[in-house]
Amino acid sequence: MKISAIITLKKDVLDPQGKVIHQTLDGMGFKNVEEVRQGKYFEIDVKENDPNKAKKIVEEMCKKLLANLVIENYKIIGTQ
Amino acid sequence: MKSVVITFPGSNCDRDMDVALKKFGFKNQMVWHNDYELPKSDLVVLPGGFSYGDYLRCGSMAAKSKIMQSVITFAKSGGLVMGICNGFQILVETGLVPGVLLRNKYLEFICKNVFVKIDNKNNPFFKNLDKEIFEFHIAHNEGNYFCTNDQLKEIKDNNQIAIYYCNDKGKIEENFNPNGSVENIAGIFNKEKNVLGMMPHPERMIDRSLSGEDGSLFFKNLINYIK
Repeated sequence: MKISAIITLKKDVLDPQGKVIHQTLDGMGFKNVEEVRQGKYFEIDVKENDPNKAKKIVEEMCKKLLANLVIENYKIIGTQ
Repeated sequence: MKSVVITFPGSNCDRDMDVALKKFGFKNQMVWHNDYELPKSDLVVLPGGFSYGDYLRCGSMAAKSKIMQSVITFAKSGGLVMGICNGFQILVETGLVPGVLLRNKYLEFICKNVFVKIDNKNNPFFKNLDKEIFEFHIAHNEGNYFCTNDQLKEIKDNNQIAIYYCNDKGKIEENFNPNGSVENIAGIFNKEKNVLGMMPHPERMIDRSLSGEDGSLFFKNLINYIK
């Protein structure tokens, strides 16, 4: 079963890459951007058919490796 | 005086560190990341480099490698552990020292000499040093030290800030902060002060004709402490 997770930077953490993307968008003419924050997206195919169990497993992965909880939040966003 | 340098796939300052440690009298041994057992030693060094290609987050994969379980056990039992540059990033990912290292504020790889100030000498690494301001080399893309406000308070309450970026007079100001680190922090201890993580490379400052000798002072002092 495929589980998707996104990792985002916490609100107070500086995101210089997001800032540069924002500036570039601005330079390209996208003048209506308030802020850009860059994150990570993972698609993990877990050998587990029970969606709840599969989600739990990926949640463990997020806590232990995929996210650094000092600066990042994770969210399981979907199963297929 | 025995030391160990761990080599991860992508480490590139491991041999420099080996040269530096041997120059000042350590019997150094290189240990591969995939080993489980840590040889008996007085000091374990996690060297600089780009372990695992900096994938995911710098140091995140190396922090979970086999040897690190033994390094963590060694550190928790009071053994001296030092992480330089990527080694510092690995240490924060293991949780042995607090905080994280983010991308440099101005998104550039920084490679230059900087001055750092040692504030707290009440620890195995800096005890008896008769100098406060050192010139070391930095070379990193992710050296921007960050921690939460609660962590910062705790770090200060426990005197865990090891070194600050400063100018040649020891002035600690934003102008002399190369990478955007919180409060100019260049290195940090664990609570017990037996684990030190820092971005600057003392092993690159051990030759009078090539670089300068501030690194020599650091290593000589360290081996004298261990003796």
